[in-house]
Amino acid sequence: MIRSVLEWLGNTPWSIALLESYYAWPLIESTHVLSLALFVGTALMMDLRLVGLAFPGVPASSFIDRLLPWTRIGFAVMVVTGLLLFYSSPLRYYHNLFFRIKCVLLAFAGLNIWLFHARIHTSIDAWDDVWSPPRAARIAGIVSIVMWTGVVFSGRMIAYNWFDCDIQPQPEWVNWVAQCQIQEVAP
Amino acid sequence: MPPESWIGFFEWCEATVLGTAVRNSIYAFPIIEAVHLVALCVMGGALIMVDLRLLGVGMKDQEAGHLATLVRPWLAGALVVMLSSGVLLFLSEAIKCFYNTSFWVKMTTLPIALAFTFLVRDPRITNGAPSPRQSRMLGSASLVLWFVVAAAGRWIGYS
Repeated sequence: MIRSVLEWLGNTPWSIALLESYYAWPLIESTHVLSLALFVGTALMMDLRLVGLAFPGVPASSFIDRLLPWTRIGFAVMVVTGLLLFYSSPLRYYHNLFFRIKCVLLAFAGLNIWLFHARIHTSIDAWDDVWSPPRAARIAGIVSIVMWTGVVFSGRMIAYNWFDCDIQPQPEWVNWVAQCQIQEVAP
Repeated sequence: MPPESWIGFFEWCEATVLGTAVRNSIYAFPIIEAVHLVALCVMGGALIMVDLRLLGVGMKDQEAGHLATLVRPWLAGALVVMLSSGVLLFLSEAIKCFYNTSFWVKMTTLPIALAFTFLVRDPRITNGAPSPRQSRMLGSASLVLWFVVAAAGRWIGYS
């Protein structure tokens, strides 16, 4: 079901045009990479404050109120460019090991953000000016740093085809995780 | 483009032990590249938060000079990682870089951006508050310079 939708998507004229374009694809990819500095960069600065590794004396709310809007703008650019890149070759990315790892890490990063805003941010008045925030806030900061670093790493690795399904044989776990469709070859 | 006589140096770079080791490994280049990207995030964040403040659209309750001082160890640390990973990437494909216009754009703008950040922007904003007009000029010049460095860097792989 998913495969047939993605196969159809990859055969739409715009998808083919994007994949075969000389400048559009590299420009979109470059925008995706450069937006990392804005999105992950500003997010990491806030995480360092939450963990208590940097910015003593700067209230946490200063980051959340005045820097986070920029983090969100960076995220919006990442999502739009990322979706376009996915659209250029849906089926290939769907079966790419690193793409799948990246999606899982993104889900954890998203859950971490939701937990932070729903459970920890609500009590910010109590720890806004405290140099070392409560344990929960520090954990949220560490999880964020680890997840986004993992997202950048796995995202970069998507470009390499070491574990692509069309390169066989692969270790069994790779074929399992990437759900490779192996054609049984008659002996 | 540089004089053709420099090619000897680039050939020597590519033949170094480090360059050869990175080139001969399937995994080394991509992993170093990913480290380069993570350091880009830290460096980008450290620069952008100060530049946004200078443009008057960031953390307005903090002095730009104060932010620059606090973030400096992270900026410097990320820079060290950027330079070391960047040198490794370069050594592995030095001859390709020699014929690559984007590489030379990056190598020209990088020292300018570094000098601007550490010799112009930071000394100016840590020695008393600059006027709003000066602030905007410093912030936008920093963003433009580093954008060119980063964009040219990414384009090395495409040109």
